[in-house]
Amino acid sequence: MSQARSLGGKVFTIPFILGILVLLLAFLFTVKRFVYGLGPVSGMNDGFPWGLWITYDVNVGTALACGGYSMAILIYIFNKGEYSPLLKPAVLTSLLGYTLAAVSIFIDIGRYWNMFNIFMPWHANVHSAMLEVAACIAAYVLVLWIEFAPVFLKRLNIPDLESKLNKMLFFFIALGMLLPTMHQSSLGSLMILAGSKLSPLYWSKLLPFYFLVAAILLGYAIVIFETSVSGVAFNNTHEVRLLRKLSGVVPWIVGIFLLFRFQDIVARDAFHLMFQGDLTGNMFLLENLLLVAALVWLIPAANRRSAKKVLWGAVLVLFGAGLYRFNAYITGFEPGNGWHYFPTVAELLITFGIIAIEILGYLWIVKRFPVLHLPERSGSTA
Amino acid sequence: MDITRRDFFKGTAAGGLLLAAGSAPEARAAGGHASDPLGMLYDSNLCIGCQACMTACKKANNMPAEHAGRFDYWDNPIDLSAKTLNIIKMYREGDEFAFIKRQCMHCLEPACASACPVSALRKDPETGVVRYDPSACIGCRYCQVVCPYNIPKFEWNDPFPQIVKCQLCDHLFDKGHYAACCEFCPTGASLFGPVERLEQEARRRLTLKPGEYSEFPVNHIESGPRKRRMVKPYLDHIYGADELGGSQCMILAGTDFSLLGLPGLREKSYVSDLEGVTEGLYKYLLLPVAALGGLVYLVRKRGVHD
Repeated sequence: MSQARSLGGKVFTIPFILGILVLLLAFLFTVKRFVYGLGPVSGMNDGFPWGLWITYDVNVGTALACGGYSMAILIYIFNKGEYSPLLKPAVLTSLLGYTLAAVSIFIDIGRYWNMFNIFMPWHANVHSAMLEVAACIAAYVLVLWIEFAPVFLKRLNIPDLESKLNKMLFFFIALGMLLPTMHQSSLGSLMILAGSKLSPLYWSKLLPFYFLVAAILLGYAIVIFETSVSGVAFNNTHEVRLLRKLSGVVPWIVGIFLLFRFQDIVARDAFHLMFQGDLTGNMFLLENLLLVAALVWLIPAANRRSAKKVLWGAVLVLFGAGLYRFNAYITGFEPGNGWHYFPTVAELLITFGIIAIEILGYLWIVKRFPVLHLPERSGSTA
Repeated sequence: MDITRRDFFKGTAAGGLLLAAGSAPEARAAGGHASDPLGMLYDSNLCIGCQACMTACKKANNMPAEHAGRFDYWDNPIDLSAKTLNIIKMYREGDEFAFIKRQCMHCLEPACASACPVSALRKDPETGVVRYDPSACIGCRYCQVVCPYNIPKFEWNDPFPQIVKCQLCDHLFDKGHYAACCEFCPTGASLFGPVERLEQEARRRLTLKPGEYSEFPVNHIESGPRKRRMVKPYLDHIYGADELGGSQCMILAGTDFSLLGLPGLREKSYVSDLEGVTEGLYKYLLLPVAALGGLVYLVRKRGVHD
């Protein structure tokens, strides 16, 4: 068995310090948002009440943070224990992604001081998909911290607490598979109510299904991406070998996703809308070109044997499935009445700040805590 | 068979129509179907564009003037906003013109109320007015995303913002008043009253012959005066009667509704679509609890992977 251990090395490298600078800028604009309100910092308006933060940081961001969830499905439901070295780093990216999505939500919602009404039964509207999303994301953030806590506890040397936690961990792992299934699909259900304002290329009663599949797909793609990149950056070839096998799962899911989507679009007579040459149509074409390219790229077994080609396949999926979720929230959304939306610099910088925290957090944690399975001390498990 | 709005209400009251579509919880989600629904009938043919309703609305709701147009001497909003709950707009094509009034339609199955995670938007059980409770609202703006008429507005330039929308002046009901736009409309273009009576009146107007004279109630369909006027031609459609499950505000016009800026909508509400999906997955949480049981079993069987 290989052992997870901390990578060591210097934390404050030049890229790390640049990241901190981005973070500081984002922080300044966040202060501005809380002092002056959402209008002065964002391009959001009454027609497009959700902008980049909900669409990207939350909707795409939490799907990109489904690595831990997707790997858990493979390991526990499909009994593929050999992938377990990929689990912990995946849970780390999930932990960071979800926690930061929660931070984004806090910045985005107008009346944040009322946030806890979500958990007050007398306020609850049990028919609201938004309630389900909010409560589930909050619960899942907690579950991820508990799932990841042994890593911190190992470093902090609290063996008593660690062994107690390990005994209960099975429950949180199970919960960690249930909760994303619920809220990732509900993120799609949210747009069912948008009804006439969502393009028929995206509106469907199957939205929850598509969103769930896209989340699982993005989960595998981000694990491949992150493991490949950290494999190159940290010279860790051990985990990369597992990716070739993992990449065999991806074309199946892409294929099923595309099949359902196109059947659905044809059934609703929306096929012609993709060729209208407007933003919605063009973004739809781009999204699906990327997904079809990913499918074609990853089907030949020869391509899946090369680490580099697997990485390219994952990148295609990241952009394709990520764009699907992005488009279903914003470019496919048309409130009419001449409304339009484009993010402001401040809005973009706050999103960059969120991404910066994720990257900086990842770098710091893998360098100081036992997350990655590194090859020097052990043989292979794959 | 022609189902009138009244039959529809009776049907729901008897627990028939909607129960078939989505059962009692659905009605609860939307705040239930009101016992005495109150609403408005706006008749574009009677409107002279004087905007007395807009001034009255601002006064009754203590709203600030808005200077969105070219001049900032007086209140001249160009659209609904967090400062303007009600607006009269004009459509013009050559010599032809028509007015249209926009405000909350007070849907029978309001998407905003179904969407709101904290029940900050609810239908009043008695009057059916879709009310906003700022003490519950978290400011997620999902109501804005889902409203087919783009009615709820957000105070973008306020660090402590609220959602703002027409509530038919229901804060004045106890004082014997009603929607100020109707109370101060000189022509009867904006007419207030029980939804059932308003729909009867709307249907009556559709049977009138253009050019003949008829009596039109003004202000309030039950207590207001009546004025005799010449009938202008109507389009044979009561906008709002059936759109997305119907609403408590209805519109008559002689000009195509899409030209007046009203979206063309189907009859089945998206609320019923969503509730079909969520009820199937989450009713009594049976499915999630069973799934959790199965997952716990699997994880125990496979052993926790480190």
